Amino acid sequence: MPNTKRRRLLVRGAASALAITLGATALAACGSSDDDGGTASGPVSLTYWTWTPGMDKVVDLWNKGQGKKDRITVTVKKQASGDTLITKILTAHKAGKAPDLVQAEYQALPTLVSNDALADIAKNVGDARAKFADGVWQQTTLGTDAVYAVPQDIGPMMFYYRADLFKKYGLTVPATWEQFAETARALKKKSPGTDLTTFSASDSGLFAGLAQQAGAKWWTTSGDKWKVAIDDAATKKVADFWGGLVKEGAVDNQPMYTPAWNKALDTGKQIAWVSAVWAPGTLTTAAPDTKGKWAMAPLPQWSDGENVTGSWGGSSTAVTTDSKHKEAAAKFAAWLNTDGDALNALAKEGGIYPASTSAQLSGAFTTPPDFFSNQADFYALAAKIARTTAPSAWGPNVNVAYTTFNDAFGAAAKDRSDFSAALAKMQSATVADMKKQGFEVSE
Amino acid sequence: MTTAHRRKSYGVKGAPYGFLLPATILFALFFALPIGYAVWLSLHKVRVVGLGLGSGARSEVWAGVENYTDAFTDSELLDGALRVLGYGCIVVPVMLGLALLFALMLDSDRVRLAPFTRLAIFLPYAIPGVVAALLWGFLYLPDVSPFYYVLQKLGMPQPDLLDGGPLYLALSNIAIWGGTGFNMIVIYTALQAVPAEVYEAAKLDGATPLQIALRIKIPMVAPSLVLTFFFSIIATLQVFSEPTTLKPLTNSVSTTWSPLMKVYRDAFGTGDVHQAAAEAVIIALATLVLSFGFLRGANRRNKQEAAR
Repeated sequence: MPNTKRRRLLVRGAASALAITLGATALAACGSSDDDGGTASGPVSLTYWTWTPGMDKVVDLWNKGQGKKDRITVTVKKQASGDTLITKILTAHKAGKAPDLVQAEYQALPTLVSNDALADIAKNVGDARAKFADGVWQQTTLGTDAVYAVPQDIGPMMFYYRADLFKKYGLTVPATWEQFAETARALKKKSPGTDLTTFSASDSGLFAGLAQQAGAKWWTTSGDKWKVAIDDAATKKVADFWGGLVKEGAVDNQPMYTPAWNKALDTGKQIAWVSAVWAPGTLTTAAPDTKGKWAMAPLPQWSDGENVTGSWGGSSTAVTTDSKHKEAAAKFAAWLNTDGDALNALAKEGGIYPASTSAQLSGAFTTPPDFFSNQADFYALAAKIARTTAPSAWGPNVNVAYTTFNDAFGAAAKDRSDFSAALAKMQSATVADMKKQGFEVSE
Repeated sequence: MTTAHRRKSYGVKGAPYGFLLPATILFALFFALPIGYAVWLSLHKVRVVGLGLGSGARSEVWAGVENYTDAFTDSELLDGALRVLGYGCIVVPVMLGLALLFALMLDSDRVRLAPFTRLAIFLPYAIPGVVAALLWGFLYLPDVSPFYYVLQKLGMPQPDLLDGGPLYLALSNIAIWGGTGFNMIVIYTALQAVPAEVYEAAKLDGATPLQIALRIKIPMVAPSLVLTFFFSIIATLQVFSEPTTLKPLTNSVSTTWSPLMKVYRDAFGTGDVHQAAAEAVIIALATLVLSFGFLRGANRRNKQEAAR
């Protein structure tokens, strides 16, 4: 044991000696800034769990630039996305070995905070607030004074349709959901084998986004109590709307992201998709033969003249409570998601749509995506839509609500039965789980 | 001399324990300890205070049998068990029946191309369960399956294999396709071990090949049948990868379709490891009781027959 300790000391001594000579000028330059804790005491190396493709290249920019100056080295550990990563982070946190930085979807933040896995970095990243839309920033504070993450990418929802086939069938782009339903029915009349789209019971995030657009607030707090309102009037409206369309056969009831769905999009058996800003990437792989035939429009609205959208997807960069260099980690998180070069690289290498409002119209986002080369104003329109995103309200057991959605809505979609019964199941399962854990809940 | 003698006898006495040590350590570390931890987890639960945000809001507290009563009162676990029972009622008899039939046919005198046929039937077993499920899943999806294309061209009805009753057939088919070969090899190996003079005696007595198969071969390989049945029961109770792989393709498979899927969902989907641990313990006990119950029953019958 003493041997290793000494060796570690020796290595560290050598490394810092080297760093001191190399970075002497840099230190002199920023010596007066209020860096303390991790950054001041020597070189720092951080581990970052992320699923964004090409993140290692973006992190290289940091390690060779700003990071070299601040003597903060970040190492990327590629992870699987979604709920499995949350479980992995929580397990690592239980052992006190969570990485310094993690990528987390917005809806997972309350779960992570509730497990005391995320550090409050309000002191370090407070200045970044101005770079983001209020609705986006609010998701990282959970409505408190703390800041638990820096927003990275967002997924404002939009309506995608096959422009050529809409013309062929004589359809107009629906501006309201009522028109959306009419369009679906009109299409069925003209071409019984074709569907406008499908209601997918495997995509809870899509349903949550649609409810968010309608004004739903699934989790809210008052005092020391959570209020769960998954079956509120707004969500019921959304559920009944889609349930009605599925029941009358105006839209398909099969899940998305299956080989069958890919084929339906590629062959024009489904001619529209309610999706988010990242849809071009998905369509490129799912329906390669339809390049240039799609167009994007704002999501249909619940009433004329309204201008609201929901979000599907999006994630943030958070610092864990296990990190020994929280300030250094927060500094990197802020750089990654607000620095122009970093965001450009993220867009190019990772294909993300940035949460930072200034980045939404620069660099990679001045020309439309390849797949939508026919729509020159794609990103200008996207940025305009992103500003209309309704606030979201996530709670500490989104995962329970989401898995119940899969099962309850899966069965309802299969039987083409009442969607509001499925919604009630979602509400009761979520409340039951919170009560079991000991949360104070009011319905 | 005395010291050397003493050391020698001590060494001999300690030797068995020395040999036992590696196995004991491995057993304790990788078997007893994890099981003990699972049981410990199953008797605890998470307790949240207030809004549950921030540090110290969450603690692990003693739950007693609460997780177990929850598991038994949650209809999903029982429904899952019933679904698996229905699935097992198709898989086990069909798979073992086919395995026995193929083994007997391969063992008959008139068989040709035996090595090739044997390999061909065994080959699906070498394909991982997930890959097999994906492969069949694509064949079951009407929009991408070549079978449906042919059915459509012929104007035949195209049943939805991923819905209701046919779903059980679809899932069973994957297991039967993958498992028959392995069971056939086990039974076939047992048949090879039957001494030739037994057959000769039967032939001299004028037994037909069918009679030899029914009256001699099958009773002679009964222990192998018991073994394959035993393995099949365990495999059926643990069915997980096939329905999990088919799940994204259809609305008909829920996240709690089989008991093990529910364990997985509770641990990784909804993040309640304590509940998942309780369910895992229940499933392990049920598997133990069922499989060893069967084994004991089979042994008792064998002994009775031997006594007769």
